[in-house]
Amino acid sequence: MLGRILSLFMMASLTVAFAAGADLGAGTKAEELNVPAIVMFFIFVAATLGITYWASKRTKSASDFYTAGGGITGTQNGTAIAGDYMSAASFLGITGMVYLKGYDGLIFSIGFLVGWPIILFMISEQLRNLGKYTFADVTAYRLKQKPVRILAALGSISVVILYLIAQMVGAGKLIEILFGLDYEFAVVLVGILMILYVAFGGMLATTWVQIIKAVLLLAGTTFMSIMVMAKFGFSFDALFTQATEIHSKGVDIMSPGGLVSDPISAISLGIALMFGTAGLPHILMRFFTVADAKEARKSVFVATGLIGYFYVLTFIMGFGAIVLVLGDPAGSYLAADGVTLKGMNNMAAVWLAHAVGGDYFLGFISAVAFATILAVVSGLTLAGASAISHDLYANAFAKGKVDENKEMNVSKVATIAIGIAAIFFGIAFEKQNIAFVVALAFTIAASANFPVLFMSIFWKKLTTRGAVLGGYVGLISALVLVILGPVVWTQILGNETAIVPYKFPAVFSVPIAFVAIWFFSITDKSEDAQRCMDEFDAQDIRCQTGIGSDGAVAH
Amino acid sequence: MTQEQVQQIKNNPKYKKLVGTRSRFAWTLTVIMLVVYYAFILFIAFSPETLGTKISPDGMATWGIPVGIAIIVFAFAMTGIYVRRANGEFDGLLNDLKNDIEKEMK
Repeated sequence: MLGRILSLFMMASLTVAFAAGADLGAGTKAEELNVPAIVMFFIFVAATLGITYWASKRTKSASDFYTAGGGITGTQNGTAIAGDYMSAASFLGITGMVYLKGYDGLIFSIGFLVGWPIILFMISEQLRNLGKYTFADVTAYRLKQKPVRILAALGSISVVILYLIAQMVGAGKLIEILFGLDYEFAVVLVGILMILYVAFGGMLATTWVQIIKAVLLLAGTTFMSIMVMAKFGFSFDALFTQATEIHSKGVDIMSPGGLVSDPISAISLGIALMFGTAGLPHILMRFFTVADAKEARKSVFVATGLIGYFYVLTFIMGFGAIVLVLGDPAGSYLAADGVTLKGMNNMAAVWLAHAVGGDYFLGFISAVAFATILAVVSGLTLAGASAISHDLYANAFAKGKVDENKEMNVSKVATIAIGIAAIFFGIAFEKQNIAFVVALAFTIAASANFPVLFMSIFWKKLTTRGAVLGGYVGLISALVLVILGPVVWTQILGNETAIVPYKFPAVFSVPIAFVAIWFFSITDKSEDAQRCMDEFDAQDIRCQTGIGSDGAVAH
Repeated sequence: MTQEQVQQIKNNPKYKKLVGTRSRFAWTLTVIMLVVYYAFILFIAFSPETLGTKISPDGMATWGIPVGIAIIVFAFAMTGIYVRRANGEFDGLLNDLKNDIEKEMK
């Protein structure tokens, strides 16, 4: 049955693709159809649908669906985490930022990376020892299930939806430019594919899609960086010298510039990037796919290495793009104004691929960029669907008294619902500035998810009331501060000056959340508060050692 | 786990040693990482020209580049150090402790 659905879908999408192509060829010549890219993209889609079919036969229990049965090795999981992290925003966004601003791009990469050691030292094995499917399992371990699960699920779903919007809009734009296909068609295609991966293949398929894409992306960017360096005799100085001669900012691109001009913004960005990472539900969920704490640690080690290596490459690629794309004598990569790149500055990495490897390599990198978006949206969708089916449905409302098959059906319905919502938002937000949605997603993750998670692991006196009220205070303050900030208040709502002058308000909202959690916990004198504290020692033993979790998790 | 067992494990010297050593180690590494990262951030905020100083007068490369890449490598090295010690020494202590507990339960 599934096989038939998949092959039908393949045929339908191919037909539509060719129809769109024929249409474009006959009509306007605005966007040329990129044939090698489309061919490579469909090879990728076919391969991943094959994996989904294979995974669907192995996905029988809820544990298979949410965590691939805990059977992923540390190295595999580390590669998948790196895949989740090397999203289109990292690949295209950071290369584009280096291309545009030089050194400042590196500041972002470093901020995205340094969260990882902290996650390893503080929460990765604790999560693995305590949790089962979602990070809410950890926060609800000794607190009252219902209110805490609802809070955690709302936090997860907000982050997932915001992140999804950014990825969908990015995917639509990318396909429009690279493949010469319609924006709406692209968004619908991404939505349908991710529903198929997640609903049928669960975590197993999602993980393998992520691993394949990570390997392709790393291979492609390595090749591109070597080609760039080869043109400069493998001398960084030669590369930098030429780049400063070509770039309009000259030697300024070699030092920190206007990206973070005041100290508070710099620190706030640092907090949002570092702690935001530790609160992203689709990343946290990956710690439950491995067998034990040892493999969880190994995953972080592998992930940090791959992500760090990748960021060094983005730096080389950004500078390479300045010389080879911006400085291309024919100027064929520039838009009509002669200044911006075709398809905006986020396309620096893609045009660099063409400059160093011609049409076919451009096709390869385009297909990889698109595969990147597909893989990341699948991971996000799975995290969102799990929050709905496992936290809201099974534990908060049915109080754990549901049959596993029913829970899995709910997660499949949730997957479809999230997929449709993502398609809808992707189309509705086409013309919106998506930078603020990413800022908001990271700020919410850092201010609502991370403090509650951290305190429930380490603080004995945390009570249900403290976690719930503190979590909502963090969530709401993050939302309000972002709305009053420069991106929403001035750029979107069109007011003159922002009430809060910071794009990333994490430096305020994260401490507000911690203080609120502390305050509402210590003033809580209820019976339940006493019970939460009494149960801390047993939780701590399991959290530190894994004793008691071996049997409890049906892996 | 009953309250009695919880107390028993908590009083086990091996448990105390494991948790004590590991938390000290984890917190130390965390603080080092935060100091390194925020020192970098504060340089960007207060003294960007320091990172913009050229390494050699003939070249274009500035100190900011090796420093930035060094932080990336450093973060990776820190995770390596932690994983090595945790997967060796700490897991050894943990297995000892688990054996103890199993005997006690019998």
